[in-house]
Amino acid sequence: MNQLLVLFIAIPFLAFLVSLFWQNKSEKAIGRIVRFTKVLYMLVSVSFAVWWIWNGLKPVSYHLATLYQTEHFVFAVELYYDEITAVFSIVGALLFFLVATFSKYYMHRDEGYKRFFNTILLFAAGYNFIILSGNFETLFIGWEIKGVCSFLLIAFYRNRYLPVKNAFKAISYYRTSDVALMLAMWMMHHLTHQNITFAELGEAKQMALQTANTGMAIFIVCMIILPAAIKSAQFPFTTWLPRAMEGPTSSSAIFYGSLSVHIGVFLLLRTHPFWEDMLWAKVAIIIIGAITAIVATLIARVQPTVKTQIAYSSAAQIGLMFIEVAVGWHWLVLVHFAGNAFLRTYQLLVSPSVLNYLVHHQYFHYILPTQKPVSKIKSSLYMLGIKEWNLDAMMFAYLWNPFKWIGKQFRFLQSNVFIIVLTVTGLGFLSLGYINQNISSALGGALPIILMSIALAVILFAFSFRQSALKAWIYLLTAHLFIIAAVLFNAAHINSIEIIFYVTGVLVAFFLGYYCLQKIKAIDNDISLNQFHGYVYEQETTGLLFLFAVIGMLGFPVTVAFIGIDVLFTYVQSSQPVLIALMALCLLFIELSAFRILLRIFFGPHKKLSHPVAFRSS
Amino acid sequence: MSEKHFDELHVLHELKHYLPSQQALKDFIHHNSLHAFQHMKFYDAIFKASKIFGFQVHLQLQEYRDMYTTGRIREDVLQMVIANKKGMDVIDEWKRKLISKSYDTINHPRIGQLRKQWKDIYHLDLDNKVHPLLFRILCGFLDQGIAIESFPVVSKPFIESIKEMEQNSFVSFFKTKAIKRKFLSGHYSIEELLKTIVGKEEYFEQYLFDQQFAHHGWSGLVSAVEDNPQTLLDRKQITLKELLEFELLLELDALHHELGNKWQPLANHVNVLPIDLFADVAKTEFAEVTEIWQDAFEWSYYDSVLKGISMSGEKRTAINNKSLGNHSPGDNVFISLQAIFCIDEREDSIRRHIEAVDKSAETFGAPGFFGVEFYFQQQGSKFYDKLCPAPVTPKYLIKESDAKSIRKDELIYTKHTHGILSGFFLSISFGFWAFVKKIQMLFFPKMSPAISNAYGHMDKQSALSIENKSPGDIENGLQIGYTLDEMMTRAEGFIRGIGLIKNFAPIIYIVAHGSSSANNPHHGAHDCGACSGRPGATNARVMAFILNHKKIRERLAAKGIVIPEGTQFIGAMHDTAADVIDYYDENTLSTDSAQLHLLNKQDFETALNLNAKERSRRFASIDTKQELEHVRKAIHSRSVSLFEPRPELGHGTNTLAIIGRRQISKGLFLDRRAFLNSYDYTTDPDGTILAGVMRPIGLVCGGINLEYYFSRVDNIKMGAGTKLPHNVMGLFGVANSSDGDLRPGLPWQMIEVHDPVRLLVIVEHRPDIVLKAIKSSPEVFEWYNNEWVHIAALHPIEKQFYYFKNGAFSKYETITGAGDIKTIHNMEEFIEGAKEMETNHIVHATEENLPVYLLD
Repeated sequence: MNQLLVLFIAIPFLAFLVSLFWQNKSEKAIGRIVRFTKVLYMLVSVSFAVWWIWNGLKPVSYHLATLYQTEHFVFAVELYYDEITAVFSIVGALLFFLVATFSKYYMHRDEGYKRFFNTILLFAAGYNFIILSGNFETLFIGWEIKGVCSFLLIAFYRNRYLPVKNAFKAISYYRTSDVALMLAMWMMHHLTHQNITFAELGEAKQMALQTANTGMAIFIVCMIILPAAIKSAQFPFTTWLPRAMEGPTSSSAIFYGSLSVHIGVFLLLRTHPFWEDMLWAKVAIIIIGAITAIVATLIARVQPTVKTQIAYSSAAQIGLMFIEVAVGWHWLVLVHFAGNAFLRTYQLLVSPSVLNYLVHHQYFHYILPTQKPVSKIKSSLYMLGIKEWNLDAMMFAYLWNPFKWIGKQFRFLQSNVFIIVLTVTGLGFLSLGYINQNISSALGGALPIILMSIALAVILFAFSFRQSALKAWIYLLTAHLFIIAAVLFNAAHINSIEIIFYVTGVLVAFFLGYYCLQKIKAIDNDISLNQFHGYVYEQETTGLLFLFAVIGMLGFPVTVAFIGIDVLFTYVQSSQPVLIALMALCLLFIELSAFRILLRIFFGPHKKLSHPVAFRSS
Repeated sequence: MSEKHFDELHVLHELKHYLPSQQALKDFIHHNSLHAFQHMKFYDAIFKASKIFGFQVHLQLQEYRDMYTTGRIREDVLQMVIANKKGMDVIDEWKRKLISKSYDTINHPRIGQLRKQWKDIYHLDLDNKVHPLLFRILCGFLDQGIAIESFPVVSKPFIESIKEMEQNSFVSFFKTKAIKRKFLSGHYSIEELLKTIVGKEEYFEQYLFDQQFAHHGWSGLVSAVEDNPQTLLDRKQITLKELLEFELLLELDALHHELGNKWQPLANHVNVLPIDLFADVAKTEFAEVTEIWQDAFEWSYYDSVLKGISMSGEKRTAINNKSLGNHSPGDNVFISLQAIFCIDEREDSIRRHIEAVDKSAETFGAPGFFGVEFYFQQQGSKFYDKLCPAPVTPKYLIKESDAKSIRKDELIYTKHTHGILSGFFLSISFGFWAFVKKIQMLFFPKMSPAISNAYGHMDKQSALSIENKSPGDIENGLQIGYTLDEMMTRAEGFIRGIGLIKNFAPIIYIVAHGSSSANNPHHGAHDCGACSGRPGATNARVMAFILNHKKIRERLAAKGIVIPEGTQFIGAMHDTAADVIDYYDENTLSTDSAQLHLLNKQDFETALNLNAKERSRRFASIDTKQELEHVRKAIHSRSVSLFEPRPELGHGTNTLAIIGRRQISKGLFLDRRAFLNSYDYTTDPDGTILAGVMRPIGLVCGGINLEYYFSRVDNIKMGAGTKLPHNVMGLFGVANSSDGDLRPGLPWQMIEVHDPVRLLVIVEHRPDIVLKAIKSSPEVFEWYNNEWVHIAALHPIEKQFYYFKNGAFSKYETITGAGDIKTIHNMEEFIEGAKEMETNHIVHATEENLPVYLLD
């Protein structure tokens, strides 16, 4: 029976693949695929749970595949099913069923009918990857799939400005959480010297205690709390959640009302054995949860729009769940999760009817307001709530703007001479490092740091670059050369196949992206990053290909670079904080830069005003 | 434009004139989206509006061309239009231009050119810095009850309220202390702020237009609330001037915060002269081509309608001549029932079906407030609802009493789900109930308090204060009920207007309409336009009461209108979404009438079944070929389904308004596209009644038509866009996300079946009389003279059409061949065979709209 776990992922994923082959107007065919999938998904989910209960609620695990293996690294896809999975799986299946049914009618004749169902099917596969994951690597696959799906649904109305702006905001938070999770995996690898499964987390903790590597354990826990807080919109990251409500109401309901936003809670539940004895971790989680619960409630109370009100209330309840997880009341968390997910989905789905309902209510229950004395606290709290406690502005002022500023200081890189110089140097170092990996020792280990710093500088420059998209895209490739060179110099010995994995993946993505950008350039010779071009309006396929190029370039699970990137990490030692920090920033900003190119060229209001183009503020 | 003095009052006035004038969504009143340009000729106006604001004001060139290819735009009509506009000898030349010449269709609007320079010069996105906070503050201030904690300062003007908050708080909406101080001191004016921000006076007006039209939804609402505070039940004091001041302060704050002292007024950098936004627009060849295409598109339908009317007239004459031996037409014909519906084009089909089910039934059309204008107060309600066309201000109040049913609360909207602890307990308990509710909502949809119920507006069993008891019976300046004299004027005006002054049936139904829909913030747009966007049941009941009144009958008889004693009027209401008719005051029927009523009700039911079937052809979720009862059930289900963004299609496809006796439209299948107003020219030889009849046509029907037109051709800028991502703001509007501008206009789901053509009004009377009627007031005449609405007169004696153009009526000869108008022999088969649109692209969508047919 254990191998049946594969079905959870296979069903929505196969349905996703099949659904790609239809046209937007084939609503009936797409509808049939979705209907078949949602029923099957629910049957599998429920019957497996029944079987599992029948067999005494014992955790089930299944080794699906080993994607790559060397003496020092195993990349395995492991599945795992226990009571946490059971609840998340059943709630997920039920909500998917309901929301898919709702959307079948709701989305009728939308220009993105097909896109919508493609995305939620892929999302269902990603969600199941996460909740059924047996190790960090598997969880990470789902984590990234879910991130991309989220991005696509926020930017669903892709030719308007606000969805695109907010999708970028969300993806920048998401990518931070991805990188944090990568770091957790990296450190876990160095801590245990093996690829441990979640079932073995308790042992890993013991190992940390025995070997007195508490520093490593603390780092891992931090890198777990951070992504959990980001994905569950906890303080201080809460503001992405109301802004994510840009897609159709039904997608907001399933993503940001229920399944997606509770994934941080899942991550904490899943990793609980690792940090359950660490008092500071529990205190940290409780503080984050408590602050979120209070602040989000205060913000929710003054929200004059229905969807933002629900978003903040939901975040507040998730804050309470964080506390419950930390305290160890896991069954309560599961009940709370299910109830909150059902409640918020429903509230969002019926949110448009609030107008009729409350206006009627007003007719019969309106009382002429009388001026009560306004205390200083009250007016301050009201104003803070309206300003969302400045959280949104703060994230940008303190997180992204400094990096943009740094990027601008490298303006000198924009001359064509520098591109060539950089590329040649990068290639030089790369081959040198490949041939002779002992040079680094001669430089006292500074070389990898220097190379990685150059990579970061190039990436940040590309991130703030306003001219040609094509150039920015080339910079990103150049940066990759330096990253690989840095890793090569850092490693005592490296498997060629690993480098080949990485390089081929990146190159394929690079050339695909290059082709797409050239194609757009051929249209009107202006592909500056200074404005939105909205080319997806006329070049839909090119836009899709470029999306693949972007996520491939970053090591998403669409090319072999995905495995390569995980392996590369293992060559950085746990004693190299500077190098790993630089590498993490590289990976974070390389993605943001690539997504920025995607959004500026393909998304946003179409630049040719020969047809109705949305106002920026709409 | 040379040196220009800045006149604040003038600019404010101009801004208010051009901003969208949509009220709070609960008061959805259709109006011409480009009302500000209505003093100009249609085409000049739309091209000008397009150049100024960047609106798309007609279909795209390729769309016209595609419709020509599919035959939707007719070859012969195209030639006729070119010949009329350009002359016979250049037909080929213009056809070439229309069909194959390529034009630069890119439209760079004048608006926004000045203010965008902030970005070009300082890389500062001022909109991003100011809009989200400004919208939040406005929404919070105007909020009608979404927020749990409402705006702390109540009943003070906007600026004063903000000032009080700023004075009394640890935090500030402003980022810099200097601007906060400036705001609190009150030492600023629009002109002074503009001097600091913009610098040169000649740019001020342009800057303010750029600024306000960067969020025309919010500005429009503020302006509407300023002019019409009653559109918000919880009234708020705000003016456009205050908005301007506050926004300028926020801009100044952002500039200080972002750029410190390193900036200069915008005009110091600008080296182009200020643009005169409203300067005339030179006519391009592309505009001429568009005009021809649009006219050809319109006349491709109109011409066949006019031909159809002629043909059905000839057919009728032939039949009458044959049966003339038996009895003279019109007199002493047995009439089983009469039903007076609203002129609304959605009632076209139900009237047709009733007449088909009961051959001796007669139907009429009258504006749905049925000649009685008043405020209505539902029992227990703290507010009055206006039940008459929007421009009318009634002096009367009608109150409901003895209501039996009480509206229930819906737990899902409880605000306790948003508290920390209450939210916790509700999510672990009520959350699971919400799951059950969701299943019910999806698989067993039924009416609930969450759904807008057309019949919830007035209790069926309640009593109404229709008759005034004493002249002193006044509430808030409104007289409660009508006096006998007042009733008499309205009764006589009403029945004379529709020509119902003889041959009365035993029961005469006055059927109002309303619409039930779920999850639909735009529900008001589906209700009766002649009742200010409300269901009209009360009006039907009131008019029925008046016409049943003994003393009114006596007075009418004295004036020669003798209504037999046995004849009874009864109010009813048709739910146009659910296809249900409910009746009021049935207990007042005499025993004989009650029995007749039972039979009539069955006829209505059958007609409703057929009506549901006819409507179902456009709904992909319903199989039209099912049993009638199943179709009807499915239609009903849609109106209470929360997942259904199209409970009904509203006024989509409206194109015609026919003012005349029923017989001129009765033999035609008009596919629910015609407003039908009954009017009998034989009772009004000199057109005195006609002037009154024509008064609301432009405003109500023309307003609906043009709102659909503009929302269709530019759903993104003039319409509200797709409703799927809409977020309800403060209970008065919708926006696309948490930070978006309000979206006035109609959502995509309402207009996707609509053919963007102007209204053609057809009046059955002599052209000179019609001309006199439309010239009776300048506001009425403007609609026709400026070509926002077409008008044709059907000469009752000559049986000839006269089309109004350039101030005069002239003969119009139809070019549609008699063979091109087909006949429907079996309505049910015909409906089943009708084609459904392949996609909602205009070229496909328009194929779902059926041409005119003769009825068998």
